[in-house]
Amino acid sequence: MNKTYLIFKLEFLQTIKKVGFIVLTFIVPVLALLAIGVFELVTTLTEPSVKEVTTVGYVDEVGIFSDQTDQGLIKLIPFASREDATRALVRRDVSEYIVIPSDYIFSRTIQRYTLAKELITPAITANLIESFLTWNLLKDNVSPEIITSIVFPLNLEVTRLNENGDIAQEQGNIGNIIIPAMFSLLLSLALMLGTNSLISGLGEEKESRLIEVLLSSVSVRQLLIAKVLSLGTAGLLQVIVWLISAPLLLSLASSSFGGFLSDIQLPANFIVLGVVYFILGYLLFAVLSVTLGGISSSTTEAQSLSMFYIMMLFVPLWFFGVLVNFPNSPIWVVLSIFPVTAPVQIMLRLGASDIPAWQIMTSIGVLGLSIIVGLFFSIKIFRTFMLMYGKRPGLAEIIQGLKTA
Amino acid sequence: MTAVEVNHLYKSYADVTAVNDLTFSVDPGEILGLIGPNGAGKSSTIKIILDFMKPDSGEVKIFGQQMNEALKDQIGYLPEERGLYKRLTAIDLILYLASLKGMDKATAEKKANILLEQTGMLESKKKKNKEMSKGMGQLIQFIVTVIHDPELIILDEPFAGLDPVRTETIQNIIGNLRDEGKAIILSTHQMNKVEELCDRVLMINKGHTVLYGDLMETRAKFRRNSVQVVTDGELVDLPGVIDRKLNNGSVELFLAPDTTPQTILDQLRERGITIHRFEVTTPSLNEIFLNLAGVDHE
Repeated sequence: MNKTYLIFKLEFLQTIKKVGFIVLTFIVPVLALLAIGVFELVTTLTEPSVKEVTTVGYVDEVGIFSDQTDQGLIKLIPFASREDATRALVRRDVSEYIVIPSDYIFSRTIQRYTLAKELITPAITANLIESFLTWNLLKDNVSPEIITSIVFPLNLEVTRLNENGDIAQEQGNIGNIIIPAMFSLLLSLALMLGTNSLISGLGEEKESRLIEVLLSSVSVRQLLIAKVLSLGTAGLLQVIVWLISAPLLLSLASSSFGGFLSDIQLPANFIVLGVVYFILGYLLFAVLSVTLGGISSSTTEAQSLSMFYIMMLFVPLWFFGVLVNFPNSPIWVVLSIFPVTAPVQIMLRLGASDIPAWQIMTSIGVLGLSIIVGLFFSIKIFRTFMLMYGKRPGLAEIIQGLKTA
Repeated sequence: MTAVEVNHLYKSYADVTAVNDLTFSVDPGEILGLIGPNGAGKSSTIKIILDFMKPDSGEVKIFGQQMNEALKDQIGYLPEERGLYKRLTAIDLILYLASLKGMDKATAEKKANILLEQTGMLESKKKKNKEMSKGMGQLIQFIVTVIHDPELIILDEPFAGLDPVRTETIQNIIGNLRDEGKAIILSTHQMNKVEELCDRVLMINKGHTVLYGDLMETRAKFRRNSVQVVTDGELVDLPGVIDRKLNNGSVELFLAPDTTPQTILDQLRERGITIHRFEVTTPSLNEIFLNLAGVDHE
């Protein structure tokens, strides 16, 4: 039987039996299911049978604010003086009260009193006060329809068209980025765990000299290719499990969290690109890890050094918020082509905006080339430095080693 | 055909010459003892033979060929420091490493059971390696080294850390392998094991060959002109004896260059002295080693 396959088989089985891999692969979907269940349970238990009406007191020292006191679940109750309003608040007859001072028309200042500890005034309260004031200021001069338009001037409906001017199949929706973002986070965690797993396995083999026994049977090329492919296949298994469980989770989440999630549309090429980048990401990180494992004097040192590229993996996630607001910045193109950040960056961009085909092709090309060239050099580096126990070669030694290998 | 042929091997790291013009060979059916103080270049030599690293110059041939992937199946290697995959059982590890040597599972399983029985490890074969003692782990590694019936076996300190019973078991198996025609390189600091097992010896120090040849001839070559005697009578005024030294109840008599041990034996008989022991002094390999290496060893 092919020796590369034999090593691949053992490495793959050892990887998928590790607790970290099992937790990330199988427990994450189960945890998501549990979270949905808990959300439903909590919602059912806490949802009041009759909707409560919140009462807000107000003291009108101007004398013109009397209309629009009933705003659905919030009612405004007038008080003759601040003292009356304060007593009502302390008795909790009202949840809060506002004072419209006599000089309001000039100062535009409203005083708000509440028992609650707040950092800022809740938006719902601010909107309520604003519409109440606007309505009453305009009621004698403008028709009710115009007042409503002034209070709620914008209901923006966006329709995305395709190149032919027809309505595009995939419409913009902030919710569309949720799945790619979650996928990117899981990919980052999976690559981090995979890197650690490979480095610790290689470290164990080096420290115990088992690597010498293996290399008395197989070549460095066979050993490293098997290790890299085993991690890539473990990644494929992981993404398959998630893709199988995703429709079920989405359907359950949609029925639990309401219409917001049911409107989510995945980009058409998300699944295909997700699988491609997941596997390429795994292969690239496996190549980086075996190279590092080859030159490091200990597992701990290799794990510390691996933090350089693991940190880079998370760069697109750090700037996720910026991506949502500025999806067309050139920085995203750079991060999409730079191999270490490409898998996560492309996934995030797929949810946020369109990615030109040339960028995807370049990104996949650079990533694939990096894996092949990286593997070529890692075999040379590993062969030269694998038996230098207890001493890590410097950059000059590595370059010299590459020349002579 | 010669199993291993090493010609004018050189290897240096930065400013240190690890292997310096080393030439030797190992034939099938013989055990070559590779000895030398720490840092002598033994491990570097083994790693070059196994093609783990390239020499700066010189040539290594295994069964007349440069090292290649097919040859690896004919080699068994036991490294000095040993470890196992902790989460695998002993039998799974043996079968895995045997499969990397090209063995099919059924044959490997059959051979594994024989070797496990020989080493007294049969009952532990389903134990995970992390549950085993260091000695048990070493036996498993030894089994892994020889399970595929290799023609060339390289053993680096195979007895380190083993108790006397297991040492004898391994020693017997190594002897049997030699009798079956395997070529064996035994690198060790245990000189008594080299004396008991090896046919030839290669002593290196600072990368140089210090001593290389047949073990018996080597010991004869370093023989001193002296005898060890244990007698009842007084050993005074013996002609031809130029010095004497007490050694744990025996006396070593140093002879003049023209005096033979037979002359001394005849004199003792003529004087009617009861002789309990009379032995021509042959230095141990350890003494030769210390003499040539000029350093203490472990």
